[in-house]
Amino acid sequence: MAEKVLMKGNEAIAEAAIKAGCRHYFGYPITPQTEIAAYMAKRMPKIGGCFLQAESEIAAINMIYGCSAAGKRCMTSSSSPGISLKGEGISYLAGSDLPAVIVNVQRGGPGLGGIQPSQSDYFQATRGGGHGDYHLIVLAPATVQEMADMTGLAFDLSDKYRIPAMILADGTIGQMMEPVAMPETEPTQYEKPYALTGKGNRDHHNVITSLSLAPEELEQWNVSRYERYAVVEANEARCEEFMMEDAEICVVAFGIASRVSRNAVRAAREKGIKVGMIRPITLWPFPKEALNKAADKCKAFISVELSMGQMIEDVKLSTECRRPVSLCSRAGGMIPSPEEVLAAIEAANEQNGGNR
Amino acid sequence: MAVVFEKPKSLLDAPLHYCPGCTHGIIHRLVAEAIDSLGIQGETIGVAPVGCAVFAYNYFDVDMIEAAHGRAPAVATGIKRANPSKVVFSYQGDGDLASIGMAETVHSAARNENITIIFVNNAIYGMTGGQMAPTSLPGQVTQTSPYGRDTSHCGWPVRVSELLATLEGPCYIERVAVNNPANVRKAGKAIKKAFENQINKKGFSFVEVISACPTNWGMTPDKALEWIDEAMIPYYPLGVYKDRTAEEEKA
Amino acid sequence: MKTANILIAGFGGQGALFAGKFLAYSAMLEGRELSWLPSYGPEMRGGTANCSVIISDSPVGTPIVSHPDILIAMNKPSFDKYVPECVPGAKVIYDSTLIDSPCDRDDVEFIPVPATELARGLNIASLSNIILVGKMLKETGVINYENVPTVLSKLIPAKKAAMIELNQLAVKTGYEY
Repeated sequence: MAEKVLMKGNEAIAEAAIKAGCRHYFGYPITPQTEIAAYMAKRMPKIGGCFLQAESEIAAINMIYGCSAAGKRCMTSSSSPGISLKGEGISYLAGSDLPAVIVNVQRGGPGLGGIQPSQSDYFQATRGGGHGDYHLIVLAPATVQEMADMTGLAFDLSDKYRIPAMILADGTIGQMMEPVAMPETEPTQYEKPYALTGKGNRDHHNVITSLSLAPEELEQWNVSRYERYAVVEANEARCEEFMMEDAEICVVAFGIASRVSRNAVRAAREKGIKVGMIRPITLWPFPKEALNKAADKCKAFISVELSMGQMIEDVKLSTECRRPVSLCSRAGGMIPSPEEVLAAIEAANEQNGGNR
Repeated sequence: MAVVFEKPKSLLDAPLHYCPGCTHGIIHRLVAEAIDSLGIQGETIGVAPVGCAVFAYNYFDVDMIEAAHGRAPAVATGIKRANPSKVVFSYQGDGDLASIGMAETVHSAARNENITIIFVNNAIYGMTGGQMAPTSLPGQVTQTSPYGRDTSHCGWPVRVSELLATLEGPCYIERVAVNNPANVRKAGKAIKKAFENQINKKGFSFVEVISACPTNWGMTPDKALEWIDEAMIPYYPLGVYKDRTAEEEKA
Repeated sequence: MKTANILIAGFGGQGALFAGKFLAYSAMLEGRELSWLPSYGPEMRGGTANCSVIISDSPVGTPIVSHPDILIAMNKPSFDKYVPECVPGAKVIYDSTLIDSPCDRDDVEFIPVPATELARGLNIASLSNIILVGKMLKETGVINYENVPTVLSKLIPAKKAAMIELNQLAVKTGYEY
């Protein structure tokens, strides 16, 4: 690992992308992620890469579609309203089995919403976001170091499975600075026989398309894509367990909400409440197994989110509704305080006969 | 025996799905001939649109990608930036290029993106069954302008070549037609030049091809070719609208 | 040492964010855990600007400082807004050139520094923020004064090398005030 440097989360993503071999970035300005574009604009020309400010988010994601089809590691970034615009292109990437990294530094919505941090694009990210049956691999960093590490991971997983990957961050993690050590390993190279490089001496021309007017064929494409998704679900779900050994109450939170919750869990432990936290690191695939296992011994779950309650559905599904799940959330750019989360933990403990 | 006529190498041996009398087939052939004559079949990557030419990737024997509606110039930009030494072209209709994809069209031209765009203008949406296009003529009857295009209600058709020629960016813009042998020959020359410019790194080269859609125009094929002369060309005059290489040669 | 929850607030352009960066850098060089979080908004200049800096020996949870134990207030609106949020026993270092009337809380320690006036006198008018930081180092010991030259040389780009010495002077002025 390199010497630690102080970096904003957004800058860490940009630098880590370059370290991962990304030499093409296409984007359009939007708060609170513009540092990524600015960083790329500064660095790419110096390393023989390409930064291009597109005329819109729609154009940017379609430049990604072309660039990825040509076999290159490439990335775009935006914030919530811009991600909606990219939705069509993301669906095309998924439907054409092309890798790409898409960063969403979320802000409050819906509509133009606000510019303060949010996690209210959870459904959009974990359910695909555009039209059709598909998933993205969704990673949820909670520190600036993870912004860097998960960028590299996103490129690798995306290339490995030919599934677009999304880094689902938020305005806080994007804007904050923490010490970060950039990975120094050489990027993994993946064979891309599908890439459009010109037919050359190949005996066939490569075609990239998501179109089939034969429903039998299109169904088969979907089925085989879902077989690949099953492999990803079996192998790539990640989470962190914090103070879960003897926990009777389980807080579930990702990203910035997990940081607030960590304070609250520590404070509750000081009060003698047996509480722990499961922090999903991949939101798709969701760490179902860890949650289901926790439901064997935990009496209650609390979903802490910066939304009106979206991840809570996955918590309920993963635990098969065997335990009560309460919601502790703020929306529209507000962030729950550690005290609010602590109060939710205390309430859950009391309602479920927890010992003090 | 001397071969006097054969299929271009850059076309696959596949029957075209286009309607009888449609001129897409001619334009496909002209593009393939240009690729063959420049010896770039192995280096070329094509972008198919959404529209009648959506299956162009089944006909061109070069690497191909199917773009979302209107986004072909952005997709072509991504490919070209990834592989600047390859030859990248998009093949788009009027709804794709001049309506939903106008932003991508204008900005790829403004950037002088080193790509070739073949713009097939037949003044109608073909694939969806004959709706009004951004290039449908005043008074033209379509499925969505059943009483004729009323310019006071839905505005005027867009002259894309003229519009793009106002930009500093693009290198080459020409409008041609494929309604008679002389025009087809001129169109072939223009398309070849649009590829040559890219090979010579001259930048954005755009050929608008006035094309016939007898099915949706409700005409016989030969009447449709006449209608190009009678109605289309008076509104969309043929000619070179911008040619930086020629200007450079003169200077 | 226990966790320091620091809030630095002022008008945009007064250097609240840079002052926070200085503390964050210092903590990093000392190998401590830390976070730096700016408020961000559409205004580039003139609005209110603040940043949260947390320095700790264990990984930082929430990076948001809602209840500071160290407040650096650079203007009256920030002072009025954040003093009531301070935890009991907090230290409030404030620019007494711009903030005239301490409020009535008696469970926090007010430390006035005429930073703007001092900075003008030294012809470093833009560095009143760093003077306040100097005073904070003295009063809290959160970070090590000896490391200041190293921090400044890392934080300030080489092409602005002349600023290193001026910042050094500002820290010293505050530290010794």
